[in-house]
Amino acid sequence: MPDVVSFPGARAPDRRRTVESHGVRLAVHEWGDADAPPLVLAHGGFDFARTFDVFAPLLAEGGWRVVSWDQRGHGDSEHAAMYAWEADVRDALAVVNSVTSGALPIVGHSKGGAVSLQFAASLPHRVSVLVNLDGLPGRRSMPDVPDHERTKLLASELAGWLDFRRRAVTNRRRADTIEGLAERRGAMNPRLSIEWLRYLVTVGARHDPDGWRWKIDPSLRMGGFGPWRPEWAMSRLPGLGAPVLAVLGLQPERMGWGNAAEEVTGMLPAGSHTVAYDDVGHFVHIEQPHRVAALALDFLADHAVEARP
Amino acid sequence: MSERSDRTVMLRHDKVELALHALRSDGDGRALLHLHGLGEQSPTAVPLHLAPWPGPVWALDFTGHGASTVPAGGGYYCELLMADVDTALARLGPVTLYGRGLGAYVALLSAGARPELVRGAILDDGPGLTGGGPEPTTPFVLGAPLPVSGTPDPYALFELSHDVRPPDYAVTYARQAATLSSLDTALAVAAVVRPPWLAAVTAEPGVLTVPLATCTDVFAKVT
Repeated sequence: MPDVVSFPGARAPDRRRTVESHGVRLAVHEWGDADAPPLVLAHGGFDFARTFDVFAPLLAEGGWRVVSWDQRGHGDSEHAAMYAWEADVRDALAVVNSVTSGALPIVGHSKGGAVSLQFAASLPHRVSVLVNLDGLPGRRSMPDVPDHERTKLLASELAGWLDFRRRAVTNRRRADTIEGLAERRGAMNPRLSIEWLRYLVTVGARHDPDGWRWKIDPSLRMGGFGPWRPEWAMSRLPGLGAPVLAVLGLQPERMGWGNAAEEVTGMLPAGSHTVAYDDVGHFVHIEQPHRVAALALDFLADHAVEARP
Repeated sequence: MSERSDRTVMLRHDKVELALHALRSDGDGRALLHLHGLGEQSPTAVPLHLAPWPGPVWALDFTGHGASTVPAGGGYYCELLMADVDTALARLGPVTLYGRGLGAYVALLSAGARPELVRGAILDDGPGLTGGGPEPTTPFVLGAPLPVSGTPDPYALFELSHDVRPPDYAVTYARQAATLSSLDTALAVAAVVRPPWLAAVTAEPGVLTVPLATCTDVFAKVT
């Protein structure tokens, strides 16, 4: 298979640059007219900016300068010694500062959407509109796990994570063919087409002598534990100073957040709008790029006064 | 001990080099591992109140502290410091932990996460004992970079001074230590000040409160 794979509608960024955030080098990708009003696009965990290669050009065609970045440790950004939520929000500010000193719209998917919400709660003067793609906090719990089992559950999680940290210094992503990487990612993203996943390999992995390897830092690991609880993030929603377009993909899947529309709509600030798709999974903007881009562009236009600096 | 000495062992935790100092190499029995408070570093000699400990005494500099690496860009959280401790445990084998302030909270996490390797933990007063309290306050994002010059890393001071420590989260670790450790007593509280997480831990069955002067007695004889 050749190193360059095309996908219908996918377009490489028009511009590439780097931003330094507190000593960590971040790769920034832009689509659209450099003089158009800017918006920032935030990707989810274990993704990278170029997962927006179809979605971002649609927003750019709608008249926006679309600015995205690879989160620390992801895509072409530097691998950091430490990864934490707070550091991601700080990195987001460094990217926003590289675009404007004013407010702009932020569109975020999954973890990127949740980071954007915290960003807006912390820096209300820097956000005009929020578009959240299946990344709202929710009251998820484990209703099927009785209390007395939780100790053992946490114990094995903790030991597993500590064992992983002990190996981290020698961990490497496994080299594979384009097809092999695409299939492995497909196990986590069963609703995405193999053609799209192959394309992602060619823009999100690097071609080493022994094969293709995802660029993401091997020290990053799915899952986790910690003191944070989703209701704390939910409690910040009603006070947000920017209207939120929330797009939910209701088809359950492994990477999904399992938001229920009725759970979140009552928590969103005035002027917000929730759209829930029954037939779409967690990656709403990849499964339905045109539908979601049109929705986002309409919402941004409706709030054009606030959205245009 | 911000400098490495001939009694310092450098350990690798992912991209970070951790300084583990031998404060006392000889002695009978299990080692005691000293965990400093927020912004502190390992002491250069065995502190007076730990002198009665019969075995070797080691002290670990957390990431961004003492003679350990200051990584770029921050991103500190207590569970990561627990993995710092686990890196030392991989080297030392079973130890008793003594933690001051932030080190006390991290000692609790370690006792819960590695109940077979942590043979008792002593939780003492010290900087960073409270953390950010039981729930988050108004969020704040750092714009301009903090000036970094050696240790302690200002990002560690900034981030670990508001990490959230809910009492029920701390209690989960305490119960895990109590349930999964083979010791009758897994935790001893010497701290006089008890922020909500530590008050909740202290109230758990089997958790001892001890005067600082005799804190080493609790675990010196258990094997």
